[in-house]
Amino acid sequence: MILETKALTAAYGQFRALFGVDVALAAGETVAIIGANGAGKSTLLRSITGVIRNEAGMVLHRGEAIGALPAEVVMQRGIAMVPEGRKLFPSLSVEENLLIGGQVRRAAGPWNLASVYELFPILRERRLVPGTALSGGQQQMVAIGRALMSNPEVLLCDEISLGLAPVVIRDIYAAMPRIKASGAAIIVVEQDIGRALSVADRVYCMMEGRVTLAAPAATVSREAIHAAYFGEAA
Amino acid sequence: MIWVDTIVQGILLGGLYALFAAGLSLVFGIMRLVNLAHGDLIIFAAFAILLITSTFGLNPFVAALIAAPVMFVLGWALQRFVLNRVLGKDILPPLLVTFGLSVALQNGMLEAFSADSQRIPAGPLESASVDLGIVTVGWMPLLTFATAIAVIIGLNQIFYRTALGRAFRATSDDPVTASLMGIAPKGIFAIATGLAMVVVTIAALYLGMRANFDPSIGPARLIYAFEAVIIGGLGSLWGTLAGGIIIGVAQTLGAAINPEWQILAGHIAFLVVLLVRPRGLFPRAVD
Amino acid sequence: MAYRVVTRTRTGSIAGVAAIVLIIVGFVLPAVAPRDMIQDLFTILTLLTLAQLWNLLAGYGGLVSVGQQAFVGIGAYAMFAGVILWGMDPVLAIPLGGLAALVLAVPTAFFAFRLQGAYFAIGTWVIAEVTRLLVAQWKALGGGTGTSLPREATSDIIGVEAIRSLFGVREAAARDILAYWLALTLAALTIAAIYWLLRNRLGLALAAVRDNTEAAKSVGVDARRIKWAVFLIAAFVTGLTGALIYVQTARISPDAAFSVTDWTAYVIFIVVIGGIGRLEGPILGVIVFYVLQSTLADYGAWYLLTLGLIAIAVMLFAPRGLWGLMSERTGLHLFPVQRRLLAIDPMSGQQPPKRGGPDDQ
Repeated sequence: MILETKALTAAYGQFRALFGVDVALAAGETVAIIGANGAGKSTLLRSITGVIRNEAGMVLHRGEAIGALPAEVVMQRGIAMVPEGRKLFPSLSVEENLLIGGQVRRAAGPWNLASVYELFPILRERRLVPGTALSGGQQQMVAIGRALMSNPEVLLCDEISLGLAPVVIRDIYAAMPRIKASGAAIIVVEQDIGRALSVADRVYCMMEGRVTLAAPAATVSREAIHAAYFGEAA
Repeated sequence: MIWVDTIVQGILLGGLYALFAAGLSLVFGIMRLVNLAHGDLIIFAAFAILLITSTFGLNPFVAALIAAPVMFVLGWALQRFVLNRVLGKDILPPLLVTFGLSVALQNGMLEAFSADSQRIPAGPLESASVDLGIVTVGWMPLLTFATAIAVIIGLNQIFYRTALGRAFRATSDDPVTASLMGIAPKGIFAIATGLAMVVVTIAALYLGMRANFDPSIGPARLIYAFEAVIIGGLGSLWGTLAGGIIIGVAQTLGAAINPEWQILAGHIAFLVVLLVRPRGLFPRAVD
Repeated sequence: MAYRVVTRTRTGSIAGVAAIVLIIVGFVLPAVAPRDMIQDLFTILTLLTLAQLWNLLAGYGGLVSVGQQAFVGIGAYAMFAGVILWGMDPVLAIPLGGLAALVLAVPTAFFAFRLQGAYFAIGTWVIAEVTRLLVAQWKALGGGTGTSLPREATSDIIGVEAIRSLFGVREAAARDILAYWLALTLAALTIAAIYWLLRNRLGLALAAVRDNTEAAKSVGVDARRIKWAVFLIAAFVTGLTGALIYVQTARISPDAAFSVTDWTAYVIFIVVIGGIGRLEGPILGVIVFYVLQSTLADYGAWYLLTLGLIAIAVMLFAPRGLWGLMSERTGLHLFPVQRRLLAIDPMSGQQPPKRGGPDDQ
């Protein structure tokens, strides 16, 4: 396993958000994590990236404990994040937003400015405007491109379809096969079950801070997902 | 004619104030930290340059070149080991820590160097002047002003043309997301404070060569620097230069009317700008 | 189960009784204490008052002012003006100090509140500087070099004659005793008033503003008005204190009356070392400060250097100050202002046993 969580717990102050979560990601694999609002999906990603610190043993990268490491060290190990809400830097142009993604860690790999522009051609046209002057969909493309620039081993995508029009979501998801083909292992956190299943090899469903389902994406039944998603008996 | 001369002197004095202010502006822009010891650090750097010139018999410019990296390391360490620990949502701890540092520095310098006025010897440069047709200006004020412009251009180049500057801006925007890019915000803060201390060293060089200084005058330099930053609008280095010039011109004009009014006139100019343009002359769009 | 909001604790009540005893002892002390002790206590009490006021501003109101010397100085000068220009009795001129500070506080707040967060601190400092420079132009009161209270004004201060005959002391000593009594009264009233304010509406409003300005606004607390109120109250009493200090000193100069070290730096250190945001903090802080001063006074600049470093160390390692450390260990609150919910048995109206705070037992 390239990335694993073991009995991961997390809390915001008094409020506990994760109760012993186990997920695993193999090299080159794409995993979808689905669940309703507040199920703990984003908290899970924040815990993995070190934005929320954990006990050392709870998150493993290539078998090594990384739970207590600060976010920048986790990223430098090759775990890149597309954060919820895009989070582009307003003071940076589109191109600078992309460059900063590969500024500290830049592994050998297919991704560079040219290949990201090839993936999302509209960004090349708008490369000099401030990142935050773009439309929501274009900002999402920048956020994905920014994460790819370091040629990460693991790519974490947090709610990349949130707040976007269906046609825009389709365009962004159209890029996923090429990202997968470039070799990164991917975790996609989504509320949009259909989109998530369309790209995933395996799927986890979360509810109220716990994993309620883990299954191969190709064979999982609608009923099983429905039960795990809403907490009803199958 | 005397008025033209006064105004030109004021503009050139503004260069010195812009040098005082650039470091303050840099640190505030990146980490929203106001360093109340900024003025005392300028005086500290001036003593460091003086010590190097007198000990090794070096030219002050060479001495500043030696002092600058030392000051960088001190600034870096100050941020890394002290200020980073108190940075956060609450503005109180960093203010109080830098205020404690200000008082400690002033009194430490008083013990080490006594209350006597000092001056960094600059040789013939001290009195040399050049005739510009309408006015005659000293080489020293002219050099100060040119240096202020060079420092601002240099800082802007770092900010907008280098990977480090990109990291500065990204961290200033959003430290958490910057850390997801592999950037350690606290490391960036330490570098920024180190860089600010290099600018402080340059300011100290000119402060010490142009006029007498002693351990007690730091807080007044902090106030001039602060006024220049606020007049210019937070986050704009060229605005800071404009702010410095406004303070400088107000001071020389005030002094021309009555020597006792020099400092007061500068403060009043600041209050007037604060009254009519609370966000400064060139406020940054974002933030 | 019903609930009742209480702030009273048993330690708080004991502390209240102790405070009253302490004040009474303080008033009769001049009968036995030597003059230099009365002078030291005067200094301690005035610093304590200034520290409580700064704590109200910064610790409770979030207004970190580095310009409180403006109000000390203008208060002192207003008292001098009353005596020298209008022939008033120095003690009766003290209220002028408060009024002058209040008047100065209005434009100060107007300008300084335009500055965000940390820049507010330097903004108040600028205004203090401007005030100092303007006062230095006031030739009738000695300009930049300052002046002294005229002999005829200090010789027949109201009440001094009575104190002379009461304690059988010389006139100068009687003046010190009078100033000391006034300082004791002012300190006690200031602490009581702040305590009362914090336990009432203002305390709740301040807590709301400090914790979240936006949320406070949504429940009808106007952050701006609260900040103005706190700033003006602190300025008024700081002005009174400044006037009182210079009644005792009887000699003034702009540099001394507007000294950032004497009236703001010391005060900040007292609050920080004692514990910011707590009424007990400045009291403990002023004691520590006085002990340090007595031990290190001969070392000149080393003293202030040490004080600065101690303040830094406290902010780094014990941001709630010495009192914070102590009350963490012991759960002690001498001035309980925190509101706690106590469950009340709806039948009897009495609180059930073992539901109080840690210091109730």
